[in-house]
Amino acid sequence: MGIFDYFKSKSEPSSASVAKDRLQIIVAHERSRRTQPDYLEQMQQEIIAVIRKYVQVDNEHVQIQLEDTDDCSVLELNVTLPEKND
Amino acid sequence: MAKIIVVTSGKGGVGKTTSSAAIGTGLALKGHKTVIIDFDVGLRNLDLIMGCERRVVYDFVNVINKEATLSQALIKDKRTKDLFLLPASQTRDKDALTTEGVEAVLNELSKDFEYIVCDSPAGIEKGAQMALYFADVAIVTTNPEVSSVRDSDRILGILQSKSRRAEQGLPPIEEHLLVTRYNPDRVSEGEMLSVADVEEILAIPLLGVIPESEAVLKASNQGTPVILDGQAEAGQAYSDAVDRLLGEERPLRFTDVQKKGFFKRLLGG
Repeated sequence: MGIFDYFKSKSEPSSASVAKDRLQIIVAHERSRRTQPDYLEQMQQEIIAVIRKYVQVDNEHVQIQLEDTDDCSVLELNVTLPEKND
Repeated sequence: MAKIIVVTSGKGGVGKTTSSAAIGTGLALKGHKTVIIDFDVGLRNLDLIMGCERRVVYDFVNVINKEATLSQALIKDKRTKDLFLLPASQTRDKDALTTEGVEAVLNELSKDFEYIVCDSPAGIEKGAQMALYFADVAIVTTNPEVSSVRDSDRILGILQSKSRRAEQGLPPIEEHLLVTRYNPDRVSEGEMLSVADVEEILAIPLLGVIPESEAVLKASNQGTPVILDGQAEAGQAYSDAVDRLLGEERPLRFTDVQKKGFFKRLLGG
């Protein structure tokens, strides 16, 4: 680091720390998809289709997670319904 | 029984072939009879890095198809005792590798050799899957760069689900992280992921850190594995990695910024 660099703003995070944060998120996401059973993706699509028959929601507003604990698996379905405008 | 080591990465151009040549040579230098197999059918390059491209007569696919015997296809290294190379075919494609064929060749090599180093092609397709399928040990070669780290994580997933050990419920493949093209100056400037960052994300034990070095290009220009360049930091770092692979303790070297003179620091650069 040269003398001129001392005048630069220090508040900006380094590009390496941005890289690390982005990697941690994408890797965690891809790992969770890797361990989930194959049927989950299709089931998710079908559940979204059923919900859409009644309420208009985007894909990103429906989250499905399968969590394995020691003696049971929990299927968690999280639907964010659109705000009421009437 | 030979120990089968796969050098893999997912991403191309991170240093798999350079690392395979260096680590295979390093194992042989330590007195272990070693063969390095080039799994990159159609894009063979290990022969060039090892400096024996003009001695290739028969290849891996010829042996699988029983067009040549193993002893006809194996190339004995001229510099290093106990070191052999099995080149890839340049004219075929990766479908020429069959699980049964690869297994038969590995079984035959296992009788004679202590270590079999499999140089994987890039990608996650058939060639890469064949290279890792029978492995006991995986060396995951990673550059401190986002796409390489992500691809390494992907390969770790394949090692844990699609290898023979995973499919047969055997003890899992021993995984090692090898960080290559590391530049401590850029890390200290916050421009490059640190070894600690990569270790934290991939969560596998570190085998070694190879500094970015002009010696690597020089070595490949000359067809000499860089580990034979005892003067170069990269060569020494590979020697340390081989020692660690053999269970010895070696402190990490070449990962800190070298001290600069007063004027250089003042003016930057």
